[in-house]
Amino acid sequence: MSLISIMPCLDMKNGRVVKGIHFTDLKEAGDPVEHAAFYEREGADELAMLDIAATLENRKTRLEWVRNVSAAIRIPLTVGGGIASLQDMEEVIAAGASKVSMNSAAVKDPELVRQAAAMFGSEKVTVAVDARRNPALPSGFELVVSGGTRPVGQDAVAWARQCQDLGAGVILPTSMDGDGTKAGYDLEFTRAISAAVSVPVVASGGAGTLEHFYDAVVQGGARILLAASVFHFRILAIRQVKEYLRQRGLSVRLEG
Amino acid sequence: MIAIVNYKAGNLTSVQLAFDHLKVPCEITSDPARILAADRVVFPGVGSAGAAMQSIRALGLDETLRTVVQKGMPFLGICLGTQIIFDSLEEDGGVQGLGIIPGTVRRFMPDNPRDKVPQIGWNTVTWSRPHPLFEGIAKGSEFYFVHSYYPAPASGAVILGETEYAGVRFASVVGLNNLAATQFHPEKSGRIGLRLLENFCRWKPI
Repeated sequence: MSLISIMPCLDMKNGRVVKGIHFTDLKEAGDPVEHAAFYEREGADELAMLDIAATLENRKTRLEWVRNVSAAIRIPLTVGGGIASLQDMEEVIAAGASKVSMNSAAVKDPELVRQAAAMFGSEKVTVAVDARRNPALPSGFELVVSGGTRPVGQDAVAWARQCQDLGAGVILPTSMDGDGTKAGYDLEFTRAISAAVSVPVVASGGAGTLEHFYDAVVQGGARILLAASVFHFRILAIRQVKEYLRQRGLSVRLEG
Repeated sequence: MIAIVNYKAGNLTSVQLAFDHLKVPCEITSDPARILAADRVVFPGVGSAGAAMQSIRALGLDETLRTVVQKGMPFLGICLGTQIIFDSLEEDGGVQGLGIIPGTVRRFMPDNPRDKVPQIGWNTVTWSRPHPLFEGIAKGSEFYFVHSYYPAPASGAVILGETEYAGVRFASVVGLNNLAATQFHPEKSGRIGLRLLENFCRWKPI
């Protein structure tokens, strides 16, 4: 078994970190390099950066921060948000990202997942699967896009399976019913995805307490645990989460 | 100067950034002459083994890499680069490797559905014996892995480190004379991975 990974996520807007970490020893509140380096020092196993306002115009800005952050940290970096084409992926990977996360673009054109896997290798291709509860669908979860605002009428779990078959190396499920609530990961959705795919699953959305992280592994079947708010607002420290998981018998990396 | 061998198998940015961080001069190159003129050679790579071997042959790098190893130049394989130094790989319906180290590269076949393939994450490496690359790094340290296949050397004598995943205990570090090769990514393994690369830069194989 590999170790459980903690993956803090930084939300980016126009090259700046939004919803930044609340503490005083940062010189510049929105600087992505300082945030990334801080999380690495704190024990993050991987880092995710999500461009929440990605547009064509700010693509250049994005490459700049991907390059700067990649030069500063020695842990894997996943970049997502507005990734729409193979060219977007190629640029972000060349700038130093270890993985690229696709969402709406994959739903619009599933072939993109296959092409990306063939071109960059499955391990570089993460597909983020956003869903909301809808009993009309076989799994009970409906795929949504555009930041959770637009339901697609498609089964989210079947879609995750399809992404794996197309070559996605990582699936990142987020339930819109739980995201940002700090009420815990949607364990039911995470577990449904974990059971449906044989590639690694990143639990995402809703982490608020130490137990939530533990539950995502034991009940949700995830090995990589993504969280944003809970680390941004210093409700929990990464090391504290890892020590807790270890106390409860899970294997984590405490060095580094 | 460290030559980072470029054979169009994945992106080499993170390897270069790690050496930049250590302030060790390096260049990414496919030119056999530049590689043979370097002080040390790093052979990274990710992606498909079949395409990688095709590209290596097309660039004439198969002979170059064998020469590097024969000449006694310090050589570090990483991930797919490590797999390719073996005789044969199970990937892509069977691929012939460089045959520098006898053995095969096999696919993880987990019995437990909770063991996901590829392995993407940190895992523990236990040193099988001391090696200059491991100086200052504790036995049982953690490194970052991304792979679906694992090295299975013909002889246990080349195993320098081992890791357990998906029900197998596999050789995560192998070495022979001036060659050392890791299945994990030292360039993405935090402070400890950087230390291993730093050790490689100082390594003087006998």
